[in-house]
Amino acid sequence: MITSATAQGSGREIRDSVVIRFAGDSGDGMQVTGSQFTLETALAGSDFSTFPDFPAEIRAPAGTTFGVSAFQIHFGGTDVMTPGDAVDVLVAMNPAALTVDVHDLKVGGTVIVDTSAFNERNLGKAGYAKNPLEDDSLARYQVLKFDITKLTADAVKPHGLTSREAHLCRNMWALGLLLWMYGHERAATIEWLKRKFAKKPLIAAANIAALNAGHAFGETAEMPEHLVGYVVPKAVARPGRYRTVSGTEGLAWGLVAGLRAAGIEKMVFAGYPITPASALLHTLANLRAYGVVTFQAEDEIAASGAALGASYTGALGVTSSSGPGIALKTEMLGLAIATELPLVVIDSQRAGPSTGMPTKAEQSDLFQAVHGRNADSPLAVLAAATTSDCFDVAIEAVRLATKYMTPVIVLSDGYLAHAAEPWRIPREADLPKFPVSYRTDPEGFHPFLRNPETLARPWVKPGTPQLEHRIGGLERDYDSGHISYDPDNHARMTKARADKIAGIARDIPLQDVALGDDHGALAVVGWGSTFGPIHQAVKIARDEGRDVSHVHVRYLSPFPRNLGELLKRFDRVLVPEMNNGQLVKLLRAEYLVPAEPFGKVTGKPFRVTEIVQAIRKVMEKR
Amino acid sequence: MTVTTITDAQLAPKDYSSDQEVRWCPGCGDYAILKAVQKACAELGLVRERTVFVSGIGCAARFPYYMSTYGFHTVHGRAPAIATGIKLANPELDVWVMTGDGDGLSIGGNHMLHVLRRNVDLQIILFNNEIYGLTKGQYSPTSRRGTRSPSTPLGSIEYPVSACGFALGAGARFVARSVDTMQAHLVATLKRSHAHRGASFVEILQNCVVFNDAVFDHITGKEVAADAQILVEHGKPLLFGKNKEKALRLKPGKLELEIVPTDSDALIHDETNRPLAQLLAALEPPFPAAMGVLYCNPAASYEQEVYAQAGGSKGTGELDALLNSERTWEVTS
Ligand code: SF4
Repeated sequence: MITSATAQGSGREIRDSVVIRFAGDSGDGMQVTGSQFTLETALAGSDFSTFPDFPAEIRAPAGTTFGVSAFQIHFGGTDVMTPGDAVDVLVAMNPAALTVDVHDLKVGGTVIVDTSAFNERNLGKAGYAKNPLEDDSLARYQVLKFDITKLTADAVKPHGLTSREAHLCRNMWALGLLLWMYGHERAATIEWLKRKFAKKPLIAAANIAALNAGHAFGETAEMPEHLVGYVVPKAVARPGRYRTVSGTEGLAWGLVAGLRAAGIEKMVFAGYPITPASALLHTLANLRAYGVVTFQAEDEIAASGAALGASYTGALGVTSSSGPGIALKTEMLGLAIATELPLVVIDSQRAGPSTGMPTKAEQSDLFQAVHGRNADSPLAVLAAATTSDCFDVAIEAVRLATKYMTPVIVLSDGYLAHAAEPWRIPREADLPKFPVSYRTDPEGFHPFLRNPETLARPWVKPGTPQLEHRIGGLERDYDSGHISYDPDNHARMTKARADKIAGIARDIPLQDVALGDDHGALAVVGWGSTFGPIHQAVKIARDEGRDVSHVHVRYLSPFPRNLGELLKRFDRVLVPEMNNGQLVKLLRAEYLVPAEPFGKVTGKPFRVTEIVQAIRKVMEKR
Repeated sequence: MTVTTITDAQLAPKDYSSDQEVRWCPGCGDYAILKAVQKACAELGLVRERTVFVSGIGCAARFPYYMSTYGFHTVHGRAPAIATGIKLANPELDVWVMTGDGDGLSIGGNHMLHVLRRNVDLQIILFNNEIYGLTKGQYSPTSRRGTRSPSTPLGSIEYPVSACGFALGAGARFVARSVDTMQAHLVATLKRSHAHRGASFVEILQNCVVFNDAVFDHITGKEVAADAQILVEHGKPLLFGKNKEKALRLKPGKLELEIVPTDSDALIHDETNRPLAQLLAALEPPFPAAMGVLYCNPAASYEQEVYAQAGGSKGTGELDALLNSERTWEVTS
């Protein structure tokens, strides 16, 4: 909590921003609790950033540490760009949640526990020899001990639930209390509960009773003295209509928007189940009415093949996966490059190598995206910065793929896929339009005739009379498109493919500076989902009086044409990224700038403070 | 009012030939297959611009370059996946997959399994020469045990896969077999495969003159063909031999075929009977090899069902409505 004062008259203390984490067993409904808290936060007018952290196991044994599911929300009045470094309030529904999550709680932070859950059995499963509520191990925190189990049971008693059913209402009690603490409304949650349990009115009523009881608990005299109400100011946001958007939704809707902007009738989205990319397949599977055909293929290779087959017909082919699956698509990317067909490939990166840590985020597929193919096989690579940026990046990927007849890889990651933020909903009329044109004129046609400006070849829909032609992976003659093994022709075609991708740099925005001057002592250069923490860190460093700027690179292949020149105007370049140093090497290779790496490969997003410290360190070294 | 559409009904086989020089080895069985396919196209009156030949890698995969239709020469084994995408995006296209024993049953075995199981409306023509030709003669998944090749100098010790048996096991709803040199039979078989809605699988025994010459002579040789082959036809008794003097029937009390004189009760071929098709597909000497349509039992094709289902999906199709679905809130200045 950044500042502390008392709001006039309300008896509530003011907080600029707050980080809350709801943690409990997988069966405790923490994701739902978090989502509903987020909704009420949004309706209260705060800016927010959320991140769920669910267990890798599908059904982990109850009460165990690896079955802990958590949801973190950071909300407040000023720019909220990350889900927050350190937690102000931890709601721990059982001992396992406490032991897993208490380390992220600030010294002096508040932990709310359900005392009933701290029984011998649960303590044992969480690995506690002694009950932490009864010794001084939590002395650094304010511990609010409530018998949430009993308070919930009392509240739902009139509805005649079984004790198991009553137990499942505990999360609503906790939600009610937290909503009271931050002065949020409950109406949207009540409405949601009624809708969700429309067929089970008793359950709906019981949950609402628990929610109200938690709220009333804060409101009434029962409240212990440490339990204080707060006020968090509203954010100053651009007027408009808003909603919550996750990275997965942003990508899915962006692809649909791109499809329409290009004036293409149909998108074939082919995927194969893989964490964390599957969510995109699930989301798009519901968008049939929007021209989307989804296909769950037999493997990653077939998914990329089906997408490319769709592009061959003049539809938009899209495939998606995570690192190990993208590796399998490599061969098809080569074919897409050779036959110069559009293809959008979404890579939700995760920690590797190999299976690695499927549920943990990493940015370690940059090399794979830019260079990970046999032969000289250039393509375009973009990365999304935030969940709302996912929407814009997906549109841009469709634009580049269709305009330049090339595969485009969009790098997202497991963090962006699940994180959520408020999003100002665009209107379709305000979105860019870039209609594609299919070749229909047989006059002078051959399949590799290039547009002199973009160097793209014509896109022909099979079905078009007199344009029948054959394409394939074999090298083809520059002037006729026929198979050719001629050495000079291969050199010419290799160069044409490279020039086409390099030329995209003329068609994308110049590299800007996200924060700070366009020259100075230090540029902190990032890409992808680390935008938030880097931005905040640079802001803090600048507040400390440091000459630092933030440069966020969205276009990773090709780079914006002024990037090298821009970086050379800084004495030092620091590149924080969630890998062992990839962008840093691309920058050094491309521009011979003395960029320095700052990698984090724990599977967890950067904390702002980690980057602030790295900035201080690099600036102090001379 | 009548709408006149240009059809290619009057085209001759040569009109389906591209301007590219055919580059198979002289004497290769692929020439005969190309001829038969072009003949079938002409007889079916296929519209060139609506026809797509898709292939993977191998000698057979060169096929699309020699056709005057649309063509996509893709990567090793993946043609069924690419063809699936083509049909999903545009079900109106008439799509053929040209593949071989290595392409379709080894590197692309998984895709073959699933394209057949899904019943995507494609003609899948598998050239089986029991060898890798383009890579210079290694044994293939259909090579018989003992096949000596550069990679098996002491003879292959692997058991071969039966192409038709595999297709039937995968759930294919049309499975047929023919021979490169049996032009009339091959053309008729290709036409039947085209008439079938859904995935149709045709195995063609094809002679690779360079690396596996005469490997089918014991079946296709002029002298032996009558006794070594049985031409199956729906509703007709399963007879073979020079004078149709031999018949196949079920061995009493067993699920297996036996050879009997024609005057005893021959089995009638029922192409909708999958277990019978399995028995026929598996026939090996001293039994004759079964040729013709072993199995044909149509059902709605994959892409047909995909589009039939799409009608039931939610949403208005309006992007603004999609983006504003669920909870939204207004920020005023
Ligand atoms: S290698 Fe064999 S299959 Fe290939 S073209 Fe030559 S003869 Fe035909």
